Amino acid sequence: MTADPDVTTQQVISDEIEKIHADARPGDAQPRLDFPPYRSTLLRHPTKELRHADPEGAELVAPVFGHSDVGVLESDLTIQRGGEPIGERILVRGRVVDGDGRPVRRQLVEIWQANAAGRYVHKGDQHPAPVDPNFTGVGRCLTDDDGWYSFTTIKPGPYPWRNHQNAWRPAHIHFSLFGTDFTQRMVTQMYFPGDPLFALDPIFQSITDQRARDRLVATYEHSLSEHEWLLGYRWDIVLTGSHATLMEREDDDA
Amino acid sequence: MPELAATPGQTVGPFFHYALPYPGDRELVRRGTPGSVWLHGYVYDGNGNAVPDALLEIRQADAHGVVPRVEGSVRRDGAGFTGWGRSSTDPTGHYWFSTVEPGPVGHAAPFFAVTVFARGLLDRLFTRIYLPGDLTTDPLLSGLDEDDRTTLVAVREADGSLRFDVRLQGPGETVFLTYPRHS
Repeated sequence: MTADPDVTTQQVISDEIEKIHADARPGDAQPRLDFPPYRSTLLRHPTKELRHADPEGAELVAPVFGHSDVGVLESDLTIQRGGEPIGERILVRGRVVDGDGRPVRRQLVEIWQANAAGRYVHKGDQHPAPVDPNFTGVGRCLTDDDGWYSFTTIKPGPYPWRNHQNAWRPAHIHFSLFGTDFTQRMVTQMYFPGDPLFALDPIFQSITDQRARDRLVATYEHSLSEHEWLLGYRWDIVLTGSHATLMEREDDDA
Repeated sequence: MPELAATPGQTVGPFFHYALPYPGDRELVRRGTPGSVWLHGYVYDGNGNAVPDALLEIRQADAHGVVPRVEGSVRRDGAGFTGWGRSSTDPTGHYWFSTVEPGPVGHAAPFFAVTVFARGLLDRLFTRIYLPGDLTTDPLLSGLDEDDRTTLVAVREADGSLRFDVRLQGPGETVFLTYPRHS
């Protein structure tokens, strides 16, 4: 195969990632917003330092969701279209806690994902893989009184994207999460253990610390698997600390 | 107890449109309701181009300065004000909300708390949209220089609407926020 000088190869991207990681501080828990190997960040990352603010008013109170917002069947992505979707049926279950280990109770969790072939039900997805008429890949649930969430779904496939030549995203499920404070709001992606694409993916590698990256990877948990039915994965989520807890602590110190 | 390490964020990606938006997501009050305000603007990248795949969420007090703690944001019945909304940008980078102007909570100047998500943005950003008015005593704004302060204040349009643009990068870059327990 001849190299096209105008095409960015995986090697170019991998070299860039390696160089950034070599200079990174250990323990950086969050992705870098300025991460050139993910090309779309170039014009979309702020260049000014984030400004420190003390949370006030609405920032201290997350939106509240309840059973009027979310139906119980919305957590099962395999029963939305009347027929069985193709693919490996899985359960994804875990606990949402805050930075102090307190369960985030009765709060909204939203997920979306590609189907087993790596195709999203989105008009912008041009990947020539089949759409599954029995799978939309969208789910919602509320955490229970101890912070647990659960989704029954299909294991998503990896898919190609246009960041560079022969670029593939590791299989993942997008998660949207709320805490008890608005400042705990976050969106992330859950990955599957042992994916050979991890090292190549600039979105995953934008988190420069290995232990922090590992926190995005679910574990296979056999006790969650169900006989002749599905495979179980466990993934726990830790949000940042709530400010209400911080104020209680300061009161304790006084 | 030592603080637990937070799970890292990741980009919302390009394919959230069939998952996160829902009917009524941006109508905290129905459009055209007496006393409602139209809050809208554009999201721009570092070249000044529109960002057609961004998502904004707002959290706010009601007109009396009370932050609602009621469910009903996803299936709005039109009865209660939940103080939370979500708007994706359209192909021109435009977002909008139909809502009420928040009243002041305590002594702070009234503002909408905002999160911004987009393809190409590896983690969410927080900011505030202040209502135009006397903002000289606000603790956050008074610590900013004039150019930065301007990026956080909505502009009142001739028809009474509030206009607020988000500039992710470059001239007029919006001031984005971090809070004490984010590190």
